[in-house]
Amino acid sequence: MTPHLEYLLRIGDSTLILGQRLAEWCGHAPVLEEDIALANVALDLIGQSRLVLTHAAGVEGAGRDEDQLAFLRTEGQFRNVTLVELPNGDFGRTVLRSFLFCAFLRELWTALATSSDTGLAAIAAKSVKESRYHVQHAGEWVIRLGDGTDESHARMQRALDDLWPYTAELFAATPVDDAVRTAGIGVDWASLRTGWEATVLPALDEATLGVPAASAFVSRGKLGVHSEHMGHLLTEMQYLQRTYPGATW
Amino acid sequence: MLTEAEAWQVLRTVPDPEIPVISVCELGIVRSVRAVDDAVTVVVTPTYSGCPATEVIATSIRTALSDAGAATVAVETRLSPAWTTDWIEAAAAERLKAYGIVPPGPAAVATVQPIRLVPRSIGCPRCGSRRTTRLAAFGSTACKALWRCDACMEPFEEFKPL
Repeated sequence: MTPHLEYLLRIGDSTLILGQRLAEWCGHAPVLEEDIALANVALDLIGQSRLVLTHAAGVEGAGRDEDQLAFLRTEGQFRNVTLVELPNGDFGRTVLRSFLFCAFLRELWTALATSSDTGLAAIAAKSVKESRYHVQHAGEWVIRLGDGTDESHARMQRALDDLWPYTAELFAATPVDDAVRTAGIGVDWASLRTGWEATVLPALDEATLGVPAASAFVSRGKLGVHSEHMGHLLTEMQYLQRTYPGATW
Repeated sequence: MLTEAEAWQVLRTVPDPEIPVISVCELGIVRSVRAVDDAVTVVVTPTYSGCPATEVIATSIRTALSDAGAATVAVETRLSPAWTTDWIEAAAAERLKAYGIVPPGPAAVATVQPIRLVPRSIGCPRCGSRRTTRLAAFGSTACKALWRCDACMEPFEEFKPL
């Protein structure tokens, strides 16, 4: 796999898997308005993923399309970061994860809008506008719940303690980053940390949540090494195409 | 035989499936129309990446132009430059308001969005009061937010600037 393709799959897979996780809330959110909001954000993310995976399939040039990439690859072939595949947990944990990842995605889309890969640049310039609304929506909930009741605060702090270590992967240096940066295709993810922190840290502070100390743990989803949750997620997401190959409607 | 001018006229009658009071042209998503002999090519830019109306719009465009006499119709998608609510025509903004949807303000406002719990206040499209409360950041579609007027107590939607 070329670094270019690998880099595109990271983005296309991360948006796809978070979209799938958020879609799990459809019909289950605490209130109707948030049910609709989560489904709408999921739609945006899956829409972004479709654009990126279609583009990735073109770059690969092996005759595959977005559906084959989404539904016929196995766990080890996915390049999404581990953070997005973790189970939703309660509503607070879900919006916290969305906030942490969508704030990163907003930085990434902003940087990629000037990519030398014009297809990717077009997708990025479009997607960044959607990401702004995702960050704002999730961020408002993080503040509301973190600085809410004793119960909501305790749950949000627990969620942050659990999720925070997985954010290290977002900025972990890889040879793929070096290659795409040199080629002008993409930005080195490590360079996005400052912008991400400028969004995330003040919001967590306003939410009265304590940021956990950095740990040595770095998840490796973007290298294709996933958590035990990924296989279960794919089993559900890919069920139809695996059971009825080529099914369309 | 369908000229480009005639094709544009036809497209002005194709409604947005989610907001039927405005046409796809007024929405600003039809970027160009090319007619060569009886083959018409329409270039459309999507609103949101995940907008489920995109495919319905392409089908509506094909049907309308075929019915008007085009032998073949091709609908192409163009991503760049990205669609913005600034492309919604002024006359359509008025019709949105009459339909109960607050039209989007300038999109530039949306690029700076501090995370805050008290969103800006917008006027009720029915009674004009600014005593309004945002109920949900996303409405029936991703492009809208759901609001309530605390004066006339009616719910309404806002087309969010993008």
